Amino acid sequence: MGLKPVLTKDFGTEGLRQLDAYERTGGYAGYKKALSEIKPDDLVELVKKSGLRGRGGAGFPTGNKWSFLPKGMYPRYLVCNADESEPGCFKDRYLIEESPHQVLEGILIAAFAIGCNTAFIYIRGEYLPQYEALESAIEEATAAGYIGKNVLKSGFDVDVILHRGAGAYICGEETALLTSLEGYRGEPRLKPPFPAVKGLYGKPTVVNNVETVANLPHIVVNGADWFASMGTPTGKGTRVWCMSGHVNRPGNYELENGTPIRELIMEHGGGVWKNRRLKAFQPGGASMMVLLPEHLDVGLDFDAIQKAGSLAGAGAMVVMDETTCMVDAARRYVKFFHHESCGKCTPCREGTFWMSNLFDRFEFGEARPGDVDLLLDMGYNIDGRSFCPLGDASTWFPRSVIKYFRDEFEQHIAEKGCPFRKETEAAVAVA
Amino acid sequence: MPLRPDTVAKIQDYARRYPSAQSAILPALWAVQYEQGYVTDEALAEVATHLKLPPSLIEATSSFYSMFLTRPEGRHEVMICVNAPCMLRGADAIVAYAEQRLGIRDGQTTSDGAITLRSTIECLGACGGAPMMQVDHRFEENLTPDRINAIFDHLRTAPAFHEQPPAEKKPARRTPTVSGEITRSGPSGARARTRKASK
Repeated sequence: MGLKPVLTKDFGTEGLRQLDAYERTGGYAGYKKALSEIKPDDLVELVKKSGLRGRGGAGFPTGNKWSFLPKGMYPRYLVCNADESEPGCFKDRYLIEESPHQVLEGILIAAFAIGCNTAFIYIRGEYLPQYEALESAIEEATAAGYIGKNVLKSGFDVDVILHRGAGAYICGEETALLTSLEGYRGEPRLKPPFPAVKGLYGKPTVVNNVETVANLPHIVVNGADWFASMGTPTGKGTRVWCMSGHVNRPGNYELENGTPIRELIMEHGGGVWKNRRLKAFQPGGASMMVLLPEHLDVGLDFDAIQKAGSLAGAGAMVVMDETTCMVDAARRYVKFFHHESCGKCTPCREGTFWMSNLFDRFEFGEARPGDVDLLLDMGYNIDGRSFCPLGDASTWFPRSVIKYFRDEFEQHIAEKGCPFRKETEAAVAVA
Repeated sequence: MPLRPDTVAKIQDYARRYPSAQSAILPALWAVQYEQGYVTDEALAEVATHLKLPPSLIEATSSFYSMFLTRPEGRHEVMICVNAPCMLRGADAIVAYAEQRLGIRDGQTTSDGAITLRSTIECLGACGGAPMMQVDHRFEENLTPDRINAIFDHLRTAPAFHEQPPAEKKPARRTPTVSGEITRSGPSGARARTRKASK
């Protein structure tokens, strides 16, 4: 347990963004090995055996996802989801920025495994420097013969198309991402049919997260057993955790799965800043439920965090100290979801709007007795009734905050405003 | 204003690159915005011609995405993230400072046309370097009033993003960030700590 650099092992090596430096650190060895020694079907089995689970949020086993592709149906597409927009997450950006070739190599291995000749990378519009890093990586890899026709005389043809989004959180949801990639408004589609059966352009499609594919070169080189030897029984390997908020050292930390949250925050993050006490923390990102200091010994692992009442999601860790207004934190997230709701379904479009209004009432002293229950009622009417998980997830953090910090909401009502805001305003005056 | 021939060539190239020409809508709109700074109705119509698609379809798609500008704005776009992770690290104070310094509010442009300010609630993906802002597609992290002053002073005279020569648009490779100096791409949260000596 603890820090375990696998993906980030060579980060910081001079020129790692360039092909020659990446190859000196062992880059593209996995791709070459896959092409020359392993049959695509065996590659799928290898990834299944490694126990790799998707790092985008849902934690679905990657090998299984691949094996859902219907036999004999071509063309098939692979889409690497680099539309990282979950508040609190910045790991994909970091992985691309530091080593774009590692991500690209993972994509090429996945494409070979599933028999895909055209792979896409969908990157969020805001990540222009990262887009450029991938663009030059693709150019270099093409010149080196890793992308193109009959790669390294293996008979495998592959093309990689880099596609830039234009500011829409919803496009991180896989079906919305595919709709957007097809050139439509980025609205989610009904599942089933799942993308594996009917995805991009109606063809069988696999959507994998950046961090997921970045694991593949290491699994191919070192084997499934090596990968499975790290982590917990149901959460193999490592994860890059994006720590932000009230810690002394925010940033990305790659830890073996199962490492206690306490170690991440207190040791690697240097503890809560300004010698303050920890009030709460939120794993997973904006959508996920808040946890309390009593949960510090929970392991960083999909199942352990779920058991504690939250979700590991996309690997964020937002730390909040004792001066944090939990109502305001929830208000920011709800406003975010309102802003990012695509408008396709009513519970999300209207619900996030009303939740956002209600949160403003709390924050600015207009909330009335009974408004906490009204908020919960709205939450129940959105969750499970929205078309896609974005709507459902907009209610998880606020509801968990009400569960643990209901007194703060009542205090906002009783004191006609935010008891923490005075401090914020003082800080503004100082700046 | 018709699109430049090189932009048209790019758009036609995108149309061939994808299995379906419709997929080329976003890249085509990026090319338009890159050339002209924003996307006019006229340009939408021209994109439709080049992609052989109905103009209504182009507009239906383009209007969904928040990053395409439909009217001229300031030469530089400054977006300050105020989502929860940034809020925790004092983004509200940074917004207040920037507003006071520029004399404008969210969504407005300075009178000299240099800077459009947005305090956005869409997370920009730099929570580890909060408080942060995005200046013309580049991230500026760990903001302080001094740093904001330096950035704004630079922007007052710098040419607009789409008018800069292409070489300028490439990100700097591992330029060390010096306090107050404008770098093309700041270090992301943990880079400083995971950096190793060159091999």
